[in-house]
Formats: sequence, C-alpha cells, structure tokens
Amino acid sequence: MATPENAPGKSSDNPSLDELGVGQMDLLRFATAGSVDDGKSTLIGRLLLDSKAIFEDQLEAVEATSQSKGYDYTDLALLTDGLRSEREQGITIDVAYRYFATPQRKFIIADTPGHVQYTRNMVTGASTADLGLVLVDARQGLTEQSRRHAVILSLLRVPHLVLAVNKMDLVDYDKSVYDRIHREFTAFATKLNIPDLEVIPISALNGDNVVTRSENMPWYNGSSLMHHLENVHVASDRDLMDPRLPVQYVVRPKSDQFHDYRGYAGQIAGGVLKPGDEVVVLPSGLTSTIEGIDLFDREIDEAFPPMSVTVRLTDDVDVSRGDMIARVKNAPKPSQDIDAMICWMTNEPLRPRQKLAIKHTTRTGRALIKDIQYRLDVNSLHRDQETKELGLNEIGRVQLRTTVPLLCDPYSKNRTTGSFILIDEATGVTVGAGMINSSD
Amino acid sequence: MTQSHADYRLSQLDQLEAESIHIFREVAAEFEKPVLMFSGGKDSIVMLRLAEKAFYPAKIPFPVLQVDTGYDFPEVLETRDNWVNRLGVRLIVASVEEALANGIVVDDGKTSRNRHQIGTLLHAIEENGFTAAFGGGRRDEEKARAKERVYSHRDDFGQWDPKMQRPELWSLYNGRIHGGEHMRIFPLSNWTELDIWHYLAQEKVEIPSIYFSHQRRVFKRDNMWLSESDFNPTKSGEEVVEKTVRFRTVGDLTLTGCVESEADTIEKIIEEVAIAKVTERGATRGDDRFSEAAMEDRKKEGYF
Repeated sequence: MATPENAPGKSSDNPSLDELGVGQMDLLRFATAGSVDDGKSTLIGRLLLDSKAIFEDQLEAVEATSQSKGYDYTDLALLTDGLRSEREQGITIDVAYRYFATPQRKFIIADTPGHVQYTRNMVTGASTADLGLVLVDARQGLTEQSRRHAVILSLLRVPHLVLAVNKMDLVDYDKSVYDRIHREFTAFATKLNIPDLEVIPISALNGDNVVTRSENMPWYNGSSLMHHLENVHVASDRDLMDPRLPVQYVVRPKSDQFHDYRGYAGQIAGGVLKPGDEVVVLPSGLTSTIEGIDLFDREIDEAFPPMSVTVRLTDDVDVSRGDMIARVKNAPKPSQDIDAMICWMTNEPLRPRQKLAIKHTTRTGRALIKDIQYRLDVNSLHRDQETKELGLNEIGRVQLRTTVPLLCDPYSKNRTTGSFILIDEATGVTVGAGMINSSD
Repeated sequence: MTQSHADYRLSQLDQLEAESIHIFREVAAEFEKPVLMFSGGKDSIVMLRLAEKAFYPAKIPFPVLQVDTGYDFPEVLETRDNWVNRLGVRLIVASVEEALANGIVVDDGKTSRNRHQIGTLLHAIEENGFTAAFGGGRRDEEKARAKERVYSHRDDFGQWDPKMQRPELWSLYNGRIHGGEHMRIFPLSNWTELDIWHYLAQEKVEIPSIYFSHQRRVFKRDNMWLSESDFNPTKSGEEVVEKTVRFRTVGDLTLTGCVESEADTIEKIIEEVAIAKVTERGATRGDDRFSEAAMEDRKKEGYF
C-alpha cells in the first residue's frame, strides 16, 4: 500500500500540510456580470493570471490564437471561452465556472454572459453566489444592462455587490467620472436589497486596482478588487438561528455490527443542531430528541450549514426523504399555497392553470399556477399587471398551489429552504426558478 | 473534517466535501440504478472515499464500474482491488478487449484504446440499465468541462449536447430522464487538482504507488516519457533509459506519460503541483493533445 505514511523513501524535509495551507482556507463564490465590451473576460483572465491559476499550456494556446487572429495583444478573453462553437462565434453561451486561489481564499467564479439569455444564466450563476461583480465601462456610465444585473443580484439575495468601474485608463483616471457613476448607482441601489456595496475604479487591461492599488488613481482610498474579494466577510451571511435539516436519505445498514442503526442524512440548511435538542419532524409534526449526530465514523457535538451529516433520533418515529427536521419552537409551517418570484427559462411562456413538477429542498411534487400577479420589468422595476404570462427570461410574481405541502421559509430568510425549481413534466427540463415570498 | 465552533466556519475543503456528499445522497435517493465509474486514478479514489462517507455505516448502495483498456498499470489494478475489497462494493469490469472481440467496438487500427473506451462504456451502461453514472471530472481540468453541469444529461445515444444543458440552480438537481437516457453525475465539479491532493493527504487513503516518485524504464515519444512495456513496443530511434519519475494522471499505459520528479510523499506532490506550469492533462495525456477541442469532441460522443 502506498499511503502518505509509508510511501517509499520518505525523507525528512517533508513539508507539513499546515505549511502548505490550502485545505484550511475559506471559500468565496462570486458571480460576474457584464458584456464582452465591458471587459469582463479580460478582468477574469487577469484575476486567473495574477493568481497563477492559468498554466503555461493554456496561455500559449491563447497567445497562438491571438496571433493567428492578428491581435496586437494577448486576448485574455480567450481563456474563458469554453466551447468550440463559442470560440468560432466569439460569444459565450452558458455559465462557466472558474477557479483560483490566493493564500487566504479559494474562489469559484460563475461567469455569466451579458447578452441573450442573460437573465436565465445570471439567475443560475447568482443562485449560489456570496458576491456579485457587475462591470461598467467608465466611458458609458451606468447602462440599462448594469441596472438589470444589479436588480437580478438583489432578487437572488446575493449579499455582497461590487460595482467595478472599468476602463478608467480611457477616461484619464478621472475622479469625477468615478464619482458620478458611484453617486448614480448608490441612488439606484436604495431601491434594491443590497446589504453591502463597494464601487471600485479599475482598468482590467492594465491591471489598475485589480490586484494592487493603482498609482494612477491616488484619489481612490479603497481596496483593490482582489483585496476586497479576499477580505469580504461572508461567514455571517448564513442563517445560524433557525435549524433546518431537509432529510435526503435514510441510512439503514442492516449489518450485524450496526443492526439497529437508523440515521437521517442531509445537508444542514440553517441553524445549529446539537445532540439533546428537542426536534419536530415535518410534515407529520411528531417530536423527538436528537440522540447523536454522525459525520462519517465520528460523533460531533454541533452541526451547522453547509455540513452534510447523519442525525439519529431517540424515538422510532417515521421519517423519510422529503421530511424536515426542525426545532419544536422554531419550525416552518407546512404549506401548499405559495407566493413566489419566478424566473422563467424556456421559450413556451408560463401561463395560469399550467401544471408543472416542483422540487423544493428534497421534496418533489406538482404545482398548479393559480395566478400571475405581475411581470417585473428588471430595467425600470415597473410592475406590469396587465400581462398574464411570463416569457423566456422574464421574472414575475406568481401564486402556486402544490400537491405536497412545502416545508419552506421566505427566500429573504433562507436561500436554501426558500427556493425551488419548476420542471416540465413532459420534457423533464428545468423551466423555472422560484424564490418564495410567503406561504399560507 | 475540522470545525471551529467559535464562528461556525467550515474550511473550503470541508465545504467541498459536504457539497459532494450531498450530491451522492441525492443521486442514490432519486435514481433507480446508479453506478460509479472508477478509473483507479486519484479523482475516482476521492469519489469512492466521499461515497463511503455519504452512506456510512451502510455500504455504498451502488456498484463500481471500471473500463479495462487491457493497458492498465498493474499498480492501479492492485489499488482498485484493495479499495473494492475493503468497502465490500460490487465491481463490474467492462473490457475493451472483449468489446473489440465481440464487435461492440471496431478497431480500425488507428483509434486509441482511450477512444475505444467510449463504446465499451456506453455498452456497459446500456447493458446494465444504469440510469446515472458518477464520473470524476472536474471543471478546472479543461475548457469544455468548465461549462458542464453537475447533473449532465446524456441522450439515448449517450451523447452530450452542450446547447441543451439544463439550468442548474442552488443545490436543486433535476434528475428527470426518459427511458434509454442517462445522467452523468460529477460530484467533484468544484474541486481543483490541488484540492484533490489536499483531501488525499488529509484522509490518508491508499492511492496507486505510481503517483509517487519511483525508478522506471522509460522512453521518449511525442515529447513525453512513456513507460517501457510489452503493450508499447519501442520504435526505431526510441531509446529506453532509467529515470526517477512519477505519474500525474493514470490512464492507458501506452498514452500516459510520466514526469521526472523526486516527490515521494503527498506533501511534496502538493508542493510540486502548486508550482506546476503546465496542466496535468496537457503535460501527460497524449489523448488530449490532438486538438484544442479534443475533450469537447470526446465528451459529445459520450466520454467520461
């Protein structure tokens, strides 16, 4: 066997894992929005390049392509164009995920295209993001598109937002240009739910304020983009107050050694659970006490999001997939009448009376569209109550009735227990994304 | 898993583990007949470890499928057998040689064993009626992978259509398929090569010995050091020399190159990976180097 302990010829100058550090750093997931013209791909290329997440063979391939296309400089945007059909057309069709790390943090970028299909892709990318990065061209100022991106990030309750004012080099690093965009955007953002906003003047092409503070903009006292990404505090974004465990899978070994073992496995969606806690199982309403919480072969004394654990109860109550374990005095009320914001993701419009499959946490059922209250214009925030359908890439407020009760919280309180997807029963395709406002 | 109670923080590696375990449990709960595709490489070993943790103390509730090219490294097969025996999981071996002999795949004399794996794999999935197949693919590996979903839909020909991918939001996975179709599942989507090594170091589990520095008789072909082997006769001008090497990936022995390395522990490998200048596939996988879109093409056909 070749394990780390007995690998052949182990020498004394072996670095320790702690010295190497990578395993213990924390994680930031962020979504980027902006069009090719805003320099988004160039910025991502630079972040990857400067954090050494790009390898020589990848860079050489991009240099070769840039040369063959007759460009004067290496087009960093080519690093992030994934599929051949996209490279041929010079566009991005889909959300792409990129990875880089600094000594403090690992970063996962959900890179979403800015053109057609933007809403669907941006909603997808934003759904898992801790932070949204919106790019504007300093010469253009705020556009309809940048406002739309901010609205979507706000709807998806992405807790941190960075507005990167790019191409500052093309406006002579002029403070007044930055100030004007900053002022305009801050005024607009008061209408949205954006708990944390930073506005950073950058030049992605030249690297100003990307990794290090730029000497070209001495008037700017804030952090560089990378410094902000490394230090923005995300740990407190999770709900640690309201314990929620959607049961995914019942573990029953039926072996001699674990003859009577019965554990309820799932990923903690909110709050902290401890052995000895009195809990309620939903939707049955039966109560019990947590006997133990297992993490693989170890018993732990606390479980919190996003840990995947297995919980054992003292009583032999009936618990199955789709149920939820919560606290007796802090549990969602099972409900079949749901009010939600829905982003529609397919060509055939959503209409009242339509029936769809719904997946919410680990529960699956069917949903009937009772009413489409309004369509939200993501550019003006205007609520259009005349249109009674939602087309592709449109967002609206919808009332649904479900066949199974959902064990849900408002999305504003919990992004896991407050979200669902809608599935076309004939094609099996995911056609809608829902964020729950309230339930009765 | 380490945890700090004071501020309820999980390290990024613990978060990745929790996410992957969630995916394994979701698939086991929702699919009729899942299978785990096991290559013997480090990524598929991490997958086995995560599956072990997801269902413990119960056994892994699905079998393991390996496509045997006939050109596998003996050290890899040994590790495979040790893992399968320890976990008590059922192993299904789909042999490329048998598939060739039975006419399931056709050898035109030009196609590599790696490419023949596609037909062999698809046949094994169809024959066994598997509805979900776990693969060890990571999005950091290659440009085409960066856009692939965790649940990646395959049509009834086993093909991937990048334009028809389903939106994937939050951690809500849509596993609906029609008869004859199947889903490829990538629980390691968000892991990087460095994460894999850190996890292996943390878990202290067995991996094939060829990942560690060792003496080997090798020869140079296409600018890669290939292992001397009966399967891979040297051509004129190719000279066999002894070198201190290790493998960064383990695949078909006739195509997988090794690199000169003194790294004989996982910690030293991590150091080496952290300063590496060339991707693992670009450095040592002949099958990915044929064209810039090599991976995209193979994926569309039904590759891992």
